Amino acid sequence: MRLLPAMLILAVAAGLAGCPKKPTTVPDAGAGTQTAPQDGATTGAGEGQVGQARDLPSEGAAIGAAPAGVATVIYFDFDRSDIRPEFTSLVNAHARHLAGAAGTRVRLEGHTDERGSREYNIALGERRAQAVRRALMLQGAGDNQLTTVSYGEERPAAEGSDEAAYERNRRVEIVYGR
Amino acid sequence: MIRTLHWLPVLLLALAVPRAEAQLTVQILRGMAESVPIAVVPLGWDAPGAAPTDVAAIVHADLERSGRFRPLSRSQMLELPHEAKAVDVADWRMLKVDYVVVGRLSPLPDGRFELRYELVQVATGERLLGATLPVDRAALRLAGHRVSDAIYERILGVRGAFSTRIAYVAVDGPATARGYRLVIADADGENQRVVFASPQPILSPAWSPDGRALAYVSFHSGLPAIYVQELRTGEQTRVSAYSGINGAPSYSPDGSQLALALSRRDGNVDIYLLTLATRELRRLTDDPSIDTEPAWAPDGRSLYFTSDRAGAPQVYRLGLATGERPRRITFEGSYNARPRVSPDGRELAVVTQDRGAFRIAAVDAERGTLRVLSGGRLDESPSWSPNGADIIYATRDGGRGVLAIVSADGRVQQHLAASAGEVREPAWSPFPR
Repeated sequence: MRLLPAMLILAVAAGLAGCPKKPTTVPDAGAGTQTAPQDGATTGAGEGQVGQARDLPSEGAAIGAAPAGVATVIYFDFDRSDIRPEFTSLVNAHARHLAGAAGTRVRLEGHTDERGSREYNIALGERRAQAVRRALMLQGAGDNQLTTVSYGEERPAAEGSDEAAYERNRRVEIVYGR
Repeated sequence: MIRTLHWLPVLLLALAVPRAEAQLTVQILRGMAESVPIAVVPLGWDAPGAAPTDVAAIVHADLERSGRFRPLSRSQMLELPHEAKAVDVADWRMLKVDYVVVGRLSPLPDGRFELRYELVQVATGERLLGATLPVDRAALRLAGHRVSDAIYERILGVRGAFSTRIAYVAVDGPATARGYRLVIADADGENQRVVFASPQPILSPAWSPDGRALAYVSFHSGLPAIYVQELRTGEQTRVSAYSGINGAPSYSPDGSQLALALSRRDGNVDIYLLTLATRELRRLTDDPSIDTEPAWAPDGRSLYFTSDRAGAPQVYRLGLATGERPRRITFEGSYNARPRVSPDGRELAVVTQDRGAFRIAAVDAERGTLRVLSGGRLDESPSWSPNGADIIYATRDGGRGVLAIVSADGRVQQHLAASAGEVREPAWSPFPR
């Protein structure tokens, strides 16, 4: 029962992600004149197609859902990307679940805390996501089920500049249905 | 696709409506003890009413903000001359002023203005500068910055950078609905315009060497990609959207190539060179560690970058002649990242971990010796002024992201804070060509 609202949120989030708000480019206005963006102004920016429609899961353990009762966030030490022993069973549970549901895909989203430089943190978040990807594959998940993306320090789970917030932000989120 | 095209123009119009950018205000935290006393006399105005712009106030503010000058307050001036031969050096000597700037603004028949200015050395009575220039009404602020540039150079022997610009990322909104804007402003924080806006993260703006384009990373497609945007037309081109990370773009000195960080399919972050005209990609590093944040040496013969191949992030240099291997540059401290090379190539501005805090330091590019310049806890993203005199970087003030400027010798410090939201990722433009 507790899963249902979570699955709804996931499904809605997946739908929203397919049609992001359009970004805009604005020409350098120079001496105060504003030019409306032309067609060419969004060259390379036309990625905002509407996503593939997906049926809502009807009941029970739906394809594309996280295993029931298993947490989906793995936390890391500062500037580290090795998976701490206490998260081994969590990773294994996801790997078993994925191995038994070949059509299920997950996105591994890597994050860091806000300290240090932003691009290094993007790289560190990617390395964390790759560490989880390799661990999942070692335990039976398929390469084609897994994608990674790193947000570095750009999307903190917790606001604040203290160790409590930092601990929650150094993480990989396993996002089902992406 | 059809559906996309259908609603795209409407949405673009809605978002392209000019919005008031949050003001950037300058707060000088520390100036030099031996700053130069100078008087910038209000300009004469050869027409009825008030002048359209107080150009002398712009010059006064520029010189004061630099921390190298201590401009005399107008209320203390005994006289207000408008030409060098009317300057009574004895009076200014009494006020302990070393230099006096005088001048005049006159309307021209064609709607423009003539700006005349002179710089007088009080000790000798000598006229050090004298110039006249025609100025459009919309360029009066810029003309003030040009006067400041000339005064700075004549007195300090270093080209002034007051007429340059900064690019930065402004962020506002709650964590669940962030808005990111790539903004360009004059070096004094005025005259802001948004060049790109997105609900997804924008980072790492880098100026093309001719100052006409910015390369940056945007997540607006849902995944990170590198874009080049022409500032005059607003035309945005996606130049790198490989699988994985597309990050940290840096223009080669001749503008033909971007150094960047890619992870490709294997997730191994390395440095690549992208030739913009051909989109040809060449891999420069191949190491299982993180290699990122490339920065060109001004001669274009080598790149500095961050790598954690020794266990923690440190700065390395890679010569671009074939067969060269990266050489480690930084050894002091457990964390040195995001190198940016000074215009003369002798120093690197880096982010360093200093007793638990992250600060900006200058590193000798040959010897690796390190001087900590900033005093915040979360300082990042250093960028040199094109004259090498100052470094702009991102810091926190009361938990909010603000920009700060520190002189290369660490003696002058100032903050540039937005009136709302956060500002970060500053990049100082090259000199105008």
